[in-house]
Amino acid sequence: MSAFKDARHLFRFAGLFVLAFLIFLVVRHYYVPKSFGQYGHYRGAAIGEIAQLPVKFAGHQACEDCHTDVVAKKNTGKHAHVNCEACHGALASHANDPSTVKPVLPDTSVLCARCHTASAAKPKGFPQVDPVVHSQGLPCETCHNPHSPGMDAPATAAGGAK
Amino acid sequence: MNISRRKMLILLPAAAVAWESVLAGTPEASPNYKMSDHWWGMLIDISKCIGCGNCVRACQTENDVPDGHFRTWVERYHVDDLHLENPTVISPDGGKEGFPVVKEDAEKYFFVPKMCNHCSDSPCTQVCPVGATFISPDGVVLIDQKYCLGCAYCVQACPYGCRYVHPEKHVADKCTLCYHRITKGLTTACCEACPTGARQLADLKNPNDPIHEFLKTHNVQVLKPQMATGAKAFYNDLDGSVR
Repeated sequence: MSAFKDARHLFRFAGLFVLAFLIFLVVRHYYVPKSFGQYGHYRGAAIGEIAQLPVKFAGHQACEDCHTDVVAKKNTGKHAHVNCEACHGALASHANDPSTVKPVLPDTSVLCARCHTASAAKPKGFPQVDPVVHSQGLPCETCHNPHSPGMDAPATAAGGAK
Repeated sequence: MNISRRKMLILLPAAAVAWESVLAGTPEASPNYKMSDHWWGMLIDISKCIGCGNCVRACQTENDVPDGHFRTWVERYHVDDLHLENPTVISPDGGKEGFPVVKEDAEKYFFVPKMCNHCSDSPCTQVCPVGATFISPDGVVLIDQKYCLGCAYCVQACPYGCRYVHPEKHVADKCTLCYHRITKGLTTACCEACPTGARQLADLKNPNDPIHEFLKTHNVQVLKPQMATGAKAFYNDLDGSVR
């Protein structure tokens, strides 16, 4: 068995290898996050962390719980399907603390024009006007109630809704 | 930068505490939400999009998206008869402030809102070397920003250009499908702000979701089907020129 007469060297190497492997296991135990691999090759707890981020748009349900009069008005007109925060902006801060956080009233001459400025690029069925021709610079709410924009009398202004 | 021994001794425990919070993680936010009950997607109706940019602004507000980067954006396509395969596409500041007015009525224009397609076989999650991005059990492609190295492999891998490296955090960032909202029973910020209903959050595992009826009765496509990404952003009325 002369081929194995120096086998002691191999045992030393094997011992070192086993030791290194044990150290690797210990280090791994402390450094791999607890939830890694819970659902797949990623840190499962990350899902919960993302889900905990704060909400800024309260959602229309939160608005409708208090502002029932506005909802009733809105449901009578063409803006029935438009959510409150589409025009009023993100207002979860107001929904969480209605007494101190007061929302700013939007400027209708800017707000309405964002959607209703006439452009050939928009879908043909969408109501569009040229704001300059249509209202000569007057704010839209002079004639229209933004919550229910239709008017009792038909629009006679030049460049009216197509 | 020179760090003295004293500073190092102060910094090390702080770093250890920070890493400990990464290891432990935080518990799930909504106890009533069961991931196995949902499979999220998005329905985008091009025939309803008016290019107002409400979705882009809402997304930036809700998710603190840095200026010049977009988790969702709107493109305007202009296709003329002679260049069907080479449309002119513009998206000034992501369409955030709307689009220039078009006067002549003769040519074909339409708006295409873009966002993460939340692919069920996503190329971006497959290339991550550290397991920092993944498809959640409810079908949303998310990023673990505490784990991300910022190597930007995923930014290159996304065929839809939906990822970017956050200029301050230096980690990858993208649409989360407002995961913090949909797990609380709310819709996404972009859907909440869309005035025409051109965007609708869809839960494909919910048999009562109107998405099922819509998919059956409309000509719906996904972007780049040839990439076999299993995209879950469904486009109604999508023109063939859209890339």
